[in-house]
Formats: sequence, structure tokens, C-alpha cells
Amino acid sequence: MLRYLSRRMIVLGLSLLAASALIFSVTELVPGDPASFMLGTGAQPETLAALRQQMGLDRPLPLRYAAWAGAILQGDFGTSFTYRTPVGAMIAQRLQVSLPLALMALALAVAVALPVGLYGAARRGRAGGGLAMGATQLGIALPNFWFAMLLVLVFAVRLRWLPAGGFPGWSDPGAALKSLILPVVALALPQAAILARVLRSALVETQAQDYIRTARAKGLTSGQTLRRHALRNALIPVLTILGMQFSFLLAGAIIIENVFSLPGLGRMIFQAITQRDLIVVQSAVLVLVAAVNAVTFLVDLAYGAVDPRLRRA
Amino acid sequence: MIRLEGLSAVLGGQPVLDQVSLDLAPGSITGLVGESGSGKSMTALAIMGLLPPGTRATGRVMLDRRNLLDLPEPEMCRIRGRRIGMIFQEPMTALNPLMPIGDQVAEALRLHGGLDRTAALALARERLDRVGLPAPRFPLTLYPHELSGGQRQRVAIAMAIALRPGLLIADEPTTALDVTTQARILDLLKTLAREDGMALLLITHDLAVVAGMADRVAVMQGGRIVESGPAEAVFRQRRHPYTRQLIAASGYRPARNPRPVPPPLLEVREAVRDYRLPQGGLRALDRVSLTVGRGESVGLVGESGCGKSTLARVILGLDPLQAGQIRLDGQDVTAGRRMPRSLRARMQVVFQDPFGSFDPRWRVERLLAEPFHLTGRPPDWRDRVGAALEEVGLQPTDARRFIHEFSGGQRQRLAIARALIIRPALIVLDEAVSALDVRVRAQVLDLLARLQADHGLSYLFISHDLSVVRGMADRVLVMQAGRIVEEGPPEQVIGAPRHPQTQALVAAMPVIPAEWV
Repeated sequence: MLRYLSRRMIVLGLSLLAASALIFSVTELVPGDPASFMLGTGAQPETLAALRQQMGLDRPLPLRYAAWAGAILQGDFGTSFTYRTPVGAMIAQRLQVSLPLALMALALAVAVALPVGLYGAARRGRAGGGLAMGATQLGIALPNFWFAMLLVLVFAVRLRWLPAGGFPGWSDPGAALKSLILPVVALALPQAAILARVLRSALVETQAQDYIRTARAKGLTSGQTLRRHALRNALIPVLTILGMQFSFLLAGAIIIENVFSLPGLGRMIFQAITQRDLIVVQSAVLVLVAAVNAVTFLVDLAYGAVDPRLRRA
Repeated sequence: MIRLEGLSAVLGGQPVLDQVSLDLAPGSITGLVGESGSGKSMTALAIMGLLPPGTRATGRVMLDRRNLLDLPEPEMCRIRGRRIGMIFQEPMTALNPLMPIGDQVAEALRLHGGLDRTAALALARERLDRVGLPAPRFPLTLYPHELSGGQRQRVAIAMAIALRPGLLIADEPTTALDVTTQARILDLLKTLAREDGMALLLITHDLAVVAGMADRVAVMQGGRIVESGPAEAVFRQRRHPYTRQLIAASGYRPARNPRPVPPPLLEVREAVRDYRLPQGGLRALDRVSLTVGRGESVGLVGESGCGKSTLARVILGLDPLQAGQIRLDGQDVTAGRRMPRSLRARMQVVFQDPFGSFDPRWRVERLLAEPFHLTGRPPDWRDRVGAALEEVGLQPTDARRFIHEFSGGQRQRLAIARALIIRPALIVLDEAVSALDVRVRAQVLDLLARLQADHGLSYLFISHDLSVVRGMADRVLVMQAGRIVEEGPPEQVIGAPRHPQTQALVAAMPVIPAEWV
């Protein structure tokens, strides 16, 4: 297990290094000079050159990368070109919304998908199973912004149970949670639908295995075999999807953030791109990559926990 | 203990069982023999109440004056595992890969015996000891992947007998195992049945297996029991023609007239192949030398893991050698791209699994024409595919069909046709007939003998079972732990084995007693 862990750790470190180099060079290659963007089209060439020098844009690429990466290792993400505020603080503030949003959506997705997937597999070929899978098909087909607006219409406009948008901050945790409920549901349900389908098909495949027959021969009922033997064996593909979903939820929630006017990470990145605020884009993307890698690492650990054969691999 | 009376079953409009009657008495061993599709496994599943969905069963399966066919599912769950245990053919997949073996054995004890985990595990320990997996070497915390096939089958047996059921059904329990392992597992089953006074229903396609084991034998064909009685009487009298065919096919040897011509076609000299494993190096081939003459069949026999398949791989140029030399037709065999295609085209291979060795989405003509990528596809390739199909006893029109439309024996014929299509000099047959029913096996052996005579082919015939190789090989090599330990004509190797490994293989060969034949 220790060997498995350390190997995963090395992979984690290397992929972060590669990702940071890639992010840096790609954002440097995109057309659009942040200095000229900040000064506008009518700027004097001397002013521009001075600003470029001040921002360090005149130095060669590898040097700038080294400076950037070195600073980040010390926790300094630099200063936003547009807002003149530390990027680290900006990202931290946005993560306060995006991270709970993603985690809660993921938890809800799992909580919904597990029973639906199990039910669909247990009732395969019968009306109940067909109905459950039809519902998941619908969940995948519905665009989540449309579903989000529907939620707003019903629970905010009509019933007035929950706020229609905005985020009051964590100083009032109750209000903060309340404002996140609808976005979480809107984000989670399509993911739950995907997860339930993956779980069901993995379960169905697992149920055809010889060891399921062995378990039945021992006297387990079909429900017991499903829960005790099939479920755990079906978890590997589910974990893979789960890892991918978390990465998506963290930054891909931009549409939902817009619908509910949430100050999330996705919206910040989008604004930074339009403003050529390269340092914000680079740092935010790097944080995302780190998060995705961390999740992949956790998923790998979960694989190991689920499957003894992988621990020694 | 259990009595089957007029058991019939229909699946999808087709009768799969027809008036099957059997009496399984305590302490007795009943051999149920027949080919694939004869209804053996269906009979077992009917007793267990585990017939595939959509099957309609009639008749009676009587246990304690109750008809199991009428019992509701929750009642059957209490009988399965407690009164009737069952083990299956494929030990590699019969255990849950994610659960320690101790818990798997304990599960039945907890379920039926109402024991808590500690007590159940203690009892599981005892059961595992009993099936030959003693404590210090085989802790309860082992996972199935840490065990060999034979050891896994022992775990499956421990699970099935955990609650001392009155009936144990063993469905082809040793078909996937080595002969030596088979002999040990059969011995274990026999001992358990005798000691516990348990009825044992032993299902197999191999009459020779039953001959040494069963008190009574029932022969099945097309869902019916065509002949049954005390084992010796069935073997001696052979009232039904089907029984006679099975017995004749069991030790079948095709008529051959080998005329090997010098110089040798294949020369392996001091071949060494090492594998690097996490727990250290493994020398899979340890200075192996052999020759195969033109038109000669050489049998290569040994237990799983002795290096047979590694040897096949290096001969085919799929794996590199660490030392030594392999020459085919005087040309060096090397692994990888350096090996000329014209040399690769000189040898072909037929594998054991007629189900796994074909792409299910390709038509037969494309499957069979694939080796042409070594030689360039000739303009008349379709005619050649047709001719190859005819040569192995199939129809040229089969070229347009898909692989799932063929039976196991037909698929193995297709594999042979695929190997033949570019007229190789050497065909490596890696357990090529091991998965086949005895009668089909006899037909395929005939086919191989005829093709050899027609085309002067050389065969390297690899098997774990001496009795399979005996009929086909001009010379037999016995392998153990990466070395060839004995070599000679089959009569000599089997009749007067000198090396202990050969003696073990010969002793493990299932045979019908000479005085019964």
C-alpha cells in the first residue's frame, strides 16, 4: 500500500509541474498584451514599454515562468493586472463559494444515484427499472440552466422559500447555505442521472459474473448478492466518473453561477479572460489543475481501497 | 437424499431437460456425463432452483418429501448452501475478487448458522484447513488473486461444504485445472463425500474422470439420461450407442503415419527467458533446447506455470530471449520488428480458447484472411478462404458468417483454418483441444492428423494433459520449472516415466481401468 501511495504521489507532483509549464506558455502565446489592454489603444509607446517593464513582461519566457512558479510555491500568486489586488486572495474568496457548491452537489448526486442505480439494476427488465432509467435519461437530456430557471420560478418566485440568486457570504451560514440550495440541486441532478446509469450498467455487468452465481449457490437472495457482492465490484467505473464530475463541478459551474449570480470561480475566470488579466487566468487555472489532480489522487486511493489487486500493482 | 423424478425443463420453447430421473443417495458419488449442451448443468441448476429466467421446469426434485420446484424463493435460499452446496467449473472467476477468502467462506456460516463474524471466521478456518489450505500458509485475509486455480477451487469447496450439506454438486470442478491439480481436487472431493456421508453429484464431460471416482454413472444426451447404472456396469456393458461413442472418443488416437525429414525445421538452443516481477526475477525458461523435425509432431507437457506458454511465445517471436538461440528453417527468430514477415509467415498458432481468440465483430472471411498481412493478400484470397474452410470440414458459404454462429468445435476448426491459410511450416497448438468435448476433440485430432499428412506440417503440441498429447505426438517433452526434464517417444514416457515430474503427470492421468475396456 505504501508503495502504491508513493507512486501515486510522484505522479501527482510531476503532473502539476507539467501542467504549470503548459498553462504558463499557452497563456503567454495567446494574442493580446495585458499592458496594452490596460492602457487602451491610444497609449504612447513609451508608457507602454514602461508598464511592460514594470510588469516584467519584457523578460524572456523561461525567466518569467521561473519567477511565477517560484512565487506560487511560496504562496504568492501575484497581483491582478485589472484589480490591483492579490490573486491568491481573489481565488480564495471565490473558492469559498465554488468548493462548497461542488462538494454539496457531488454529495447530493451520489445520494440520489446510489439508490436509483441499485433499484434500476435490481428491477432490470421490469416496469420499475425501466421507469428509473427513463428518469435518468430525462435528467441527462435536460439542460441544467433550464432546470435551474425552473427551480427559481417554482421555489423562489412562486413559493418564496429560497432566494432566487446572490450570495450573502459565510458570515451568516444559514443564509449562505440557503442561497446555495437551488444551485446545488440544479448542478447535482444531471450528474446524479449520469452516475446512476453508470452504476446500473456496472451492476448489471457484475451480476453476470461467476462469483455472483457462487453467492447465490451459498443461499444469498438476489438482493443480498447485489448489495454484498455486486455493488463493491461495480464501484470502480463509478469512482472514475465521480472524479471527473468533481473537476467539472468546480469550474464548469459557470452557467449555474450566472443563473444564480453567484461569485464563483468559473465566473471569475471568464471575466479575467475577457480582460486579458493573464496572471489571474494562469493562477486560477493552476489551482483548478491542482484540484483535479488531487481528486484523481483521491480516486486512485479509493481504487486501492476498493480493489486489493491494485494495492500491489 | 435427493431424488429427481421426471424432471423436464423448457427454455424459450426448446426442451432442455426431458424426463430426467436420478437418485442421489447419502455417501454415494454419482457421475453425470455428457457433452456441452447435453443438459448436465441444467440438471444441477434445476436442483439448486437457479435455472435461467424464463425456464419452465416440471417434474419433481424431492428433498425431505418436499418438491423443491414448488418451494418459494425465500425457502430455496434457506436450502441453498445449507442443504445443497455447489461448486463450478471456473475457479478463477468463481470467487469475489474484492473479498478475503475467510469472509467468503464465513458468509454462508453467518447466513445460515446465525453465527457472528468471529465465530464464523473460526469455523471458516477449520473448513479451509480441511480442504488442504492450512493456517499459517493460507491466512483468512488472503484475496482470491493471491491463490492459484487449484487453491481457489479448494476455497470454493470449503464454501460449499461449510455447513456440511447433504448434497454437493460439482459442475466440471476440474476441467479448468492441470491434471495433477485435478487428481488432488478429485481426491479431496472423494474423501469429503466419504467422511461426511455426503451425496456427491460429479458433472463432467470426461468419462475417464468418472471412472476412478463414481459409484454410479448417468450418461446424458440431448437433455435425457440415455444410460445409467453402477459405474462398472455402464463401462462394461455400454448398452447405449452414445456411451460407446463417448468411451471410444475418451482415449482416441488418430491414425498417423509420420515421416519426419531432416534437417530439423525448428531448433531451440539453450533458450533463456527471464521475467522481471515486483517480488524479484523469474527464470521462465532455463536453458531449454529442443528440435522439431519437418512433418513431426512434438508434444510439450507440464503443469501450469512450468514455462510451456512462455516457450510458445519465444518460438513465435512474441517475446525476446535473454540468452540462447531459436532458428526456424535456418533463420534466426527474433522478437519485435526485426523479425522478417516472411519468417513469421512460416509459423502460426492455435490457442486454447475458441471463444476468446476471434474478434466477434468480424466476418469469418476477414478473420481467416488476417494472416495474409504477413505475405500480402493474393487476388484470389476469397477462394483460398473457401478452400481453407472446406479443408477443415466447414462450408465455403460460412465465410460470410460471424463467429458467434459457430459451436466451440467449429470455432477451433476456424482457428486451424486461419493458421493454415498462409501454408505455414509449423503450427503451435497451445492447449488447442483441451476445451473441447471428447467426441469433438477426436474429430479435431483426426483433422490435424490429415492436414499434417497432406501438407507435411510440423506441430508443437502443448498441453498439461499427457493423455491428450499421447495420440498426436511422435515425441514428448516434459517440462518443469522452466526446464525440460524428460524426453522420448510417448509410449516410453508414459509407460516407463523416469523423472518424478513425469511420474506425477502419468499418475494423475484420468484413465478408464483397463479391465473395464
